[in-house]
Amino acid sequence: MNALISQLINLFASVILILAFAMLSQRRIVNLIHLYTWQGLAVVGSTTVVAYVTHQHHLFYSAGLTFLLKVILIPYFLHRLINRLNVRWDIETLFNIPTLMIIGIVLVVFAFNVALPISKFSDTIAHGTLGIALACILLSFLMMITRAKAVPQVIGFLAMENALFLAATSATYGMPMVVELGIALDVLVGILILGVFMFQIREQFDSLDIRHLEKLKED
Amino acid sequence: MSLSGFLSQLLAIVLSLLLAPLLMGWVNQWRCWLQNRSGPGVLQPYRMLHKLFHKESVVAEHASSLFRMAPYIVFGCMVLACAIIPTLSTDLPLSPAADAIALVGLFAVARVFISLAAMDIGTAFGTLGARREMLIGFLAEPALLSVLFTASLISNSTALTSIVEYLAHKDFAIYPSLAFAGIAFTMVSFAENARVPVDNPATHLELTMIHEALILEYSGRHLALIEWASALKLFAYSCMGLALFFPWGIAEAEAPLALIFAIPALVFKLAIGGFLLALIETLSAKMRIFRVPEFLASAFLLAVIGMLVHFLLGA
Amino acid sequence: MLNWLSIDVVLLVITIWLGIGVAGVIALRQFGFVARVLFPLGGMCCLALAWAALQMIGSTPEIAVLPLGLPQLPFHLRLDSLAAFFLLVIGAVGAGISIFAAGYFRKGAGTPPGLLCLEYHVFLASMVLVILADDAYAFMVAWETMALSSFFLVTANHKLPEVQEAGFLYLLIAHVGAIGILLCFGVLQANSGDYTFANMRIQSLSPFWASTAFILALFGFGAKAGMLPLHVWLPEAHPAAPSPVSALMSGIMLKTAIYGLLRISFDLLHVDVWWWGGLLLALGLATALFGVVFATVQTDMKRLLAYSSIENIGLLLAGIGLALIFHAYNMSALTALALTAVLYHVVSHAFFKSLLFLGTGAVLHATGERNLGRLGGLIRYMPWVAWLMLIGVFASSGLPPFSGFVSEWLLLQSFLFTPGLPDSFLNMFIPIVAAVIALIAALAGYAMVKFFGVIFLGQPREEKLKEAHDAGLWEKIGMLWLAAWCIALGLFPNFLIHLIDSVTVSLVGVGFGRHATESSWLFLAPWSIKRASFAPLLFLLGVTIGCLVAFALVRILYHGRLRRSPPWDCGHPWQTARMQDTAEGFGQPIRQVFEPFFRMRRHLPTPMDRDPSYKVEVSDHFWYGLYLPISRLIEFLAALVGRLQQGRISIYLLYSFLTLLFMLFLVQR
Repeated sequence: MNALISQLINLFASVILILAFAMLSQRRIVNLIHLYTWQGLAVVGSTTVVAYVTHQHHLFYSAGLTFLLKVILIPYFLHRLINRLNVRWDIETLFNIPTLMIIGIVLVVFAFNVALPISKFSDTIAHGTLGIALACILLSFLMMITRAKAVPQVIGFLAMENALFLAATSATYGMPMVVELGIALDVLVGILILGVFMFQIREQFDSLDIRHLEKLKED
Repeated sequence: MSLSGFLSQLLAIVLSLLLAPLLMGWVNQWRCWLQNRSGPGVLQPYRMLHKLFHKESVVAEHASSLFRMAPYIVFGCMVLACAIIPTLSTDLPLSPAADAIALVGLFAVARVFISLAAMDIGTAFGTLGARREMLIGFLAEPALLSVLFTASLISNSTALTSIVEYLAHKDFAIYPSLAFAGIAFTMVSFAENARVPVDNPATHLELTMIHEALILEYSGRHLALIEWASALKLFAYSCMGLALFFPWGIAEAEAPLALIFAIPALVFKLAIGGFLLALIETLSAKMRIFRVPEFLASAFLLAVIGMLVHFLLGA
Repeated sequence: MLNWLSIDVVLLVITIWLGIGVAGVIALRQFGFVARVLFPLGGMCCLALAWAALQMIGSTPEIAVLPLGLPQLPFHLRLDSLAAFFLLVIGAVGAGISIFAAGYFRKGAGTPPGLLCLEYHVFLASMVLVILADDAYAFMVAWETMALSSFFLVTANHKLPEVQEAGFLYLLIAHVGAIGILLCFGVLQANSGDYTFANMRIQSLSPFWASTAFILALFGFGAKAGMLPLHVWLPEAHPAAPSPVSALMSGIMLKTAIYGLLRISFDLLHVDVWWWGGLLLALGLATALFGVVFATVQTDMKRLLAYSSIENIGLLLAGIGLALIFHAYNMSALTALALTAVLYHVVSHAFFKSLLFLGTGAVLHATGERNLGRLGGLIRYMPWVAWLMLIGVFASSGLPPFSGFVSEWLLLQSFLFTPGLPDSFLNMFIPIVAAVIALIAALAGYAMVKFFGVIFLGQPREEKLKEAHDAGLWEKIGMLWLAAWCIALGLFPNFLIHLIDSVTVSLVGVGFGRHATESSWLFLAPWSIKRASFAPLLFLLGVTIGCLVAFALVRILYHGRLRRSPPWDCGHPWQTARMQDTAEGFGQPIRQVFEPFFRMRRHLPTPMDRDPSYKVEVSDHFWYGLYLPISRLIEFLAALVGRLQQGRISIYLLYSFLTLLFMLFLVQR
């Protein structure tokens, strides 16, 4: 039974990794939001399973909170945002997707090897997940680096938060409830601020391309 | 070689020869229904094969014998492929002849022959088709191999029967690495079987066709053999996918009677698989030819990540 | 028959070859004698060599000392299993090439046939001597003779400027590489002053000096093999040489570098550091990928094959790298498997690449064209060459059941079953490497379809091709011999694997072949049939039965009516041979996908052009990024040195005077 449960958690983690790769190579903004929603759902799934196995009730609450926040509220907010900004069908030019994915693979190998010694000493049920979570964090970082538009960058940031959350549940069975509530609130406030920020960028430069921010530096 | 082994081998070959056009018809019929058309019925491929076999073959005047040989070789390759993939049972005497790597080699032989035959006539479309087919092949082949590698890393074997036995025997287990491999495999099968996001089997529009451009000059019995072979290829890929990712209901050497249950299980799984294939085809739009390398490269890399995940999780 | 040792037979063969060469010089312009008597005689000697080597593999090493060369420095020769195996390759492949050459060399421009005959046989003899050599002195003499004789063969048509350039580049890189090998031997003898290999074997070097020796050997042999970034001579020299010479160089001479690498890393050096293997693996993969990508975009048929040779050398190096990694971690069974794959590929590449080069020679003779864009449709005018080449093409693309597939299969198996290397990074990278090798193999298929399709299929792109004639009898026999081995090695791999077994036993103490093939002669199964197996004969039988049954049923149940008509081509009203894909067109997708690999110069027509023309030139980044800067640097330094040259005698005397003073100063201290 335990083996099956840990496999289930690993499966959820792998789905999150697949979705991280999909986000890395997705051009359409609206699809990015869908992928983010699915990733949130997978995080909820893995948290629920961990909560069920370890009988830690606060993890159930945090799963519920995550669901509320990452599957309903934030995607809803993002959809409204891109409708208001009128970038729903925007397509971003990326440089060569296979190259990006090869860099991604190198990051995955690196992350797995970094995590391997740590997870060997960990006795939690899903110790293998730590490597995947670390890989997801690096991939989201890569996504933020390669994007030039504001909305995908925000989504990259949010995906990174997802991955951190996964790392927290897999390595330590979650953080204390207070910390989690705080983070949830932070993310929500962060996204509100970023939303306002994006409107400001657009008003200033008539575009969401953050390369325009380079003009703001002092000469 | 035991008698039961021989029989199950024979049954596998005959069944795939008979069922393959039906699967094709089933997918096409569902495509029609999903697109609000009435469709020609699931038996249409049989009627078409019958008609084509009756017609005389028209061959270009300067075609070499390579051109006339190719349909038979492609057909022979696909029959062997169907014989070594565990469709019904893992008790296949022919299976040790070729493991997963050789199976990919077998598909490559068929691909190279059909491409050479297309170049043999020397028309603009033939060479265009050959070029595009090889373009798809050079990425699809390693992607397929990597998918199979993931499975063989799990089961520590490249023999298809051993892989399937291993995967089916482990009491209900989930392999995250197979999730990656599964997605990659789906993408590769769409490309290899000339289905919609990559190629449209129902068009002769010059800008888009790949598979149809290859076989443009074939007619009569040669065309029939090629059509049958591509139905067999679809069947082989479907069975390979089912055997790797849903290996339930496949009979094993110790239980020849399970064959009787294996047939309905296979038909059931194929029916659902065919429906899903038609659904995906209907939902997606054909991509530009230069998106195809990106698509296949993604499949390749996903399969590679599958292998990495296997090493991390040990499963 | 006297009870001769194998090494005596080999020495006799060398002597006969040299005799043939001398006879060629005496009968300098008697074309018929040189072509019809001397070359076939050389071919017979090749067979004798192969036979002697075959007897030898697996028995105790034989040693000979030749009182040649300087006093106190005789040639030490030694024939062990590894050497015998490479001699077998030289003999078996060389026989086919020599027979082909008997029909190939024509009267006409360039070097007279007798001289070619001398160079050719000296080349063969020097390669055999390289492999026999058991001390650094004999090795270097043979190695340099090999480089020089092949240089003269490459420049057989020395009137053409591009041939001169190619020859110069080849000679330059060969010598830079030779310096590396020389220095490597210097490190290996570890200040003992004894340059025999027997002495080097017993020296124990510190890891630092062992690594230095390995890097030097890698540089030296890599230059000969065409390893990245020392590959630039290969695509120049191969097309310039006459086809049998290209076949010898690509099929055999490159393998002497592989032999040297194996000899030094497995026999002479005893320190095992895992990063040697890692380095070799990375370099090999880069070389292979680079070679195959460039092969797909070439427009000259011999250049295409040259790049394909680079690819195969890359695969061999990667295999050796893997074997070294396993060796460093004391996994002897896997080392043996990887080495078996490498040695099998050595043989199979020697056969199919020679076959393909000989085929291009036949095409060149029949049409006078090397440019793929002016060929086409030759299968109708040269059916023999076309069908024999098809076998080589299949073997080269690694398709079952031909010889290329067996080595690919073994290589992939050794990459796949790496249970728990102690290093987790390596553990994760090695299956990825297997995936890359699969990619390389698939790309090789692309290049080969292009090669065969553009030359032999379709419609002739030029009028004159319709007068092309098939190869002559000698040429056919030579190609038939090589093609037959491509098939035989593909269908009956166990025979060769048994031979290789003795070699791996002598190198690493373990062979896997006995165990792998004892279950049944039909199956090739490294561990057990349950784990992985391949039965080429059954495979072929399956496909053939499928074909024949289909054929018979179609004929019996239906009919065999056939009508010939002009091609349909989707109803296009007219079509010409120019509408087929050119070589550039066929390579275009690869050019687009792998764009960063190439340095491209495109000439695109504008819409206003009256005679629109499109031109694309693909060249190598290495040439512009590495070689030209180096050559400029050298020119700059040379100019600095050149300032010394003033032309006035008194200044030269001043130089001598200052040197003398400096020396005296040193002595005084």
